[in-house]
Amino acid sequence: MNTQYRNIIKQITILLAALVGALLVGGIFLVLAKSDPVKAYTVMLTGPINDKFGITETLVRSVPLLLVGLGIIISFRSGIINIGAEGQMLAGAIGAAAVATSFSELPSMILMPLVFLAGMASGAFWGGIAGWLKTRLSVNEILSTVMLNQIALQLYLFLIRGPLIDPKEVSYGTGAPQTALIPEGIWLDRLIPGTRLHSGLILALVLAILTYLFLWRTSTGYRLRAVGEGPEAARYAGIKVERYVILAMVMAGGMAGLAGTVEVTGVHHRALEGISAGYGFSGIVAALFGRLHPLGTIPASILFGALLLGADMMQRAVDVPAAMVMAIQGLVVLFVVASDYFLMKPVNGARLKEKWLGKKIVTEGGE
Amino acid sequence: MEGINSEIIIVILATGIRLAAPFLLAALGEMFTQRSGVYNLGVEGIMMMGAFVGFFITLIGGSPLLGIAASLVVGALMGLLMAVVSVTFKAEQGISGIGLYMLGWGLSGLLFRLYVGAITTIDGLKPVAIPLLSDIPFLGPILFNQNGLVYSAFLLVPISAFILYKTTWGLNVRAVGTMPEAADTLGVSVQGIRYQCLIVGSMLAGLAGAFLTVGHANMYADNITAGRGFISIALVYFGRWSPWGIMLGALLFSMADSFQSMVQVLGINFPYELAVVLPYVITIFALAISFGRVWGPAALGKPFQRGTRG
Repeated sequence: MNTQYRNIIKQITILLAALVGALLVGGIFLVLAKSDPVKAYTVMLTGPINDKFGITETLVRSVPLLLVGLGIIISFRSGIINIGAEGQMLAGAIGAAAVATSFSELPSMILMPLVFLAGMASGAFWGGIAGWLKTRLSVNEILSTVMLNQIALQLYLFLIRGPLIDPKEVSYGTGAPQTALIPEGIWLDRLIPGTRLHSGLILALVLAILTYLFLWRTSTGYRLRAVGEGPEAARYAGIKVERYVILAMVMAGGMAGLAGTVEVTGVHHRALEGISAGYGFSGIVAALFGRLHPLGTIPASILFGALLLGADMMQRAVDVPAAMVMAIQGLVVLFVVASDYFLMKPVNGARLKEKWLGKKIVTEGGE
Repeated sequence: MEGINSEIIIVILATGIRLAAPFLLAALGEMFTQRSGVYNLGVEGIMMMGAFVGFFITLIGGSPLLGIAASLVVGALMGLLMAVVSVTFKAEQGISGIGLYMLGWGLSGLLFRLYVGAITTIDGLKPVAIPLLSDIPFLGPILFNQNGLVYSAFLLVPISAFILYKTTWGLNVRAVGTMPEAADTLGVSVQGIRYQCLIVGSMLAGLAGAFLTVGHANMYADNITAGRGFISIALVYFGRWSPWGIMLGALLFSMADSFQSMVQVLGINFPYELAVVLPYVITIFALAISFGRVWGPAALGKPFQRGTRG
């Protein structure tokens, strides 16, 4: 028990070191860009925790991050590097908005589950394509999901500019690319009046716990992880690897689709341009930062939700572009995957030391 | 076909040849990287940085050659970063590549907004007509009235083939990518070759990015690479890790790209978004039909650790 705690503390220390390292490098960018890094970071890091607005908006952003992150966990744990959450999220958003606006006469009690089902199914379908391509035609999933992201984005734009555009936008002649508002009856409840914090947060938290139970307490979850650890060994053990790869991608797509659905029903109340807002990529960062564990990804999502909000505040207050946060997240990913080297095998650190400082390897109890 | 005369066909084909250059540069670079056993999935991010830096240095330095040189430097730096993370620290290459992509994406966007801010045009590379050859009817204007980077990109195909198959260094690259243990036993530095390949490959990716701004659009805009870095990685698979195969794939794509942009120019009534999707759909098909014929460097994606068991 004691060593387990120590291990967790060590992991958290390394993760935070990676984050601080990324922020420091980001600070160098700011200096190069002739901005005041202290002023910019003060706004970015304290803005989100300053008041009720900051805290609730942080949580609003952490909801899609957590949902996307859960999907990433399921796919990465099954050995699939799924970069497609951005496209799957768009598929979910447009699926949900299409059903919500087309059947707006239905009573909310019936429409609500239909909309969520449509959003999840659209995302699951889009994710499933990549799983199918991987198992049937051995198409590398990283490349296929990247291409599917681009395809989803263009189809999404086509739909909200054309067939699904708000009829009001057409009759007023404004032509903003967005769908009609969805019926008020299926808007997610606001948890704190006067803020945008909605009940999607509870849904995401419940799903995080369910994902944990699924992956570590059910035999299907066990098999998924076995496929991820080593597909050949899993096959030898009688697991139908192909079926589980597709299942993992369908589930991951479903989670991302749900993220899109929640953004439509909880935040914007319609599908509009830029709804995915990079969550598909930030969700990957949150999942990696949460060590690909659903419970670890909860605080990680809140942390990155705060970072995304802080970057927006920084842009408004000191005119440092919010694009900065994407660069910082890229650095976090690089630092976190590099730090795995020390987490997996402590002896690796000694190896590097030996190489650079000429010290002898200490191999007691290595492995 | 009325309305489509030979002049338009020449424009489509000449643009197709020109647009093959970024694919060729990035994919040939990635070919060397993968031949040495490392995936560099950050090519798109490196291209974005190359595109911005090439544009920016041309803008303030006044010469496209300066911009091109700067894009090579930026590419080398990003390749070095990728090498430290993926080779020395043995990180999962798919994920570190995505990190590099996000870094290049965010950083190029940040720098553009801070230093430039608005769409600005530059004096890019001018076409260089090759004497005599450019006078050949039909083929002349298509093949021999391009800018220097286009000629260089196509020349790089036989040069890459020569380096890969006929030089000791090329042999070492192939050995390190297929049997790193054996190469190591024979005294070839596995890590060293992989560092070299990642840096050279990333320099070419940076150059491919600079081509888009300095040699094609004469300006910079967000997402100017539009997935071309990822498509270039797909071309390496499609071309089965061979320079000539990659050239074939690059031409296929660039012709589709050129045709797609002509559909818009000619005012053919077809939704813009669906035309833009074409290259991505073709990429997936291209990857799918490579099915069953895929041969790759045996040690691709596997970090090398001397003396590991099993």
